[in-house]
Amino acid sequence: MYDNKITSMHLDVLKEIGNIGAAHAATALSTLLNKKIDMKVPKVEMVSFDDMMDLAGGPERVVAGIYLRIEGDVTGSMFFVLPVEQANRFIRRLIQDETFDFQTGEVSEIGVSAMQELGNILSGSYLSALSDFTSLKIYPTVPALSVDMVGAIISFGLVELSHISDYVIVIDTAINEEDVPNEESVKGHFFLLPDPESFDAIFKALGVN
Amino acid sequence: MNVQGQIVKVGIADMNIAKAPDKIRTSGLGSCVGVVLYDERSTTVGMVHVMLPDSSLGRAGAINIAKFADTGIPAMVEQLKLEGIQPYKLKAKIAGGAQMFQFSSVRDTLRIGPRNVEAVKEYLKKYSIPIIAEDTGGNSGRTIEFDPSTKLLNIRTVNQGVRNI
Repeated sequence: MYDNKITSMHLDVLKEIGNIGAAHAATALSTLLNKKIDMKVPKVEMVSFDDMMDLAGGPERVVAGIYLRIEGDVTGSMFFVLPVEQANRFIRRLIQDETFDFQTGEVSEIGVSAMQELGNILSGSYLSALSDFTSLKIYPTVPALSVDMVGAIISFGLVELSHISDYVIVIDTAINEEDVPNEESVKGHFFLLPDPESFDAIFKALGVN
Repeated sequence: MNVQGQIVKVGIADMNIAKAPDKIRTSGLGSCVGVVLYDERSTTVGMVHVMLPDSSLGRAGAINIAKFADTGIPAMVEQLKLEGIQPYKLKAKIAGGAQMFQFSSVRDTLRIGPRNVEAVKEYLKKYSIPIIAEDTGGNSGRTIEFDPSTKLLNIRTVNQGVRNI
């Protein structure tokens, strides 16, 4: 399934998953922040590990990354990655503290905890929408947060998969704040990386062979 | 003529060779380990970006040899031999193997950073390649760049600044 039998029909199904999941997550984010959040059309691609890093802005880009594993009928990794400037803006707004900054030596605990909670809520809405849509049981693990180079963060989620493949199928949905100048590279991303053996379950649940 | 030299890039699960005045770099190492092999008297060096400890963990037929410690290190030793560098002259500098996320769960795959470091050390030992310097573990991502002229490994992190080893 993973290497040769993916058709455009399959890709459309995966895009729809990215669409539904991210739409719910973006709505949750928009409600939390009380501001408009733009969501891009999801991209589903089979990419090399290096290209995966480029999707997220290049391996050295500093991001606030939330990572969680998915267990249940579908297994895989999920990332919610925000450029650190954007994460700062979101958290400042959430905790009403204009001085908050992930890139200072002493990051306030309340900010970190707010970021974790943000990750929790967003990944929760993404995955519960996905679960409703497919009727598959999906259990997220507690999300972990790391503020660091995106390459270092995402490669961790590729470890499991890298045992059997040098490519990854990524369901990528980018989000952006509406009133911030649209620099192409400054975007948040939801990355869903189903484990190779989970694609069958997803397609089967949606009636695609 | 560019006397400054170029930067030779090494991707994830990749390896490459650089010659002075070029430098060789790999970006965004997390749990992966960057292994530099060099000879004090030569300005040709090799770098491997190891992602997993052991190719026997791999379940697919064709493997990318640079991905694993047990295949990547021997392959680089061979490549350097073709460049005229004898294995017994080789020295190593290594960096990476961080634990990017703190989990309460103890699943083995989550300890991948430390396991990569152990495997790299084991295979370097097998070839009797001494480790001259290392910056491993911790929980920061690293970008490393080796200068074949000075034999210095420059390590950049987001939270802990820059150092040379």
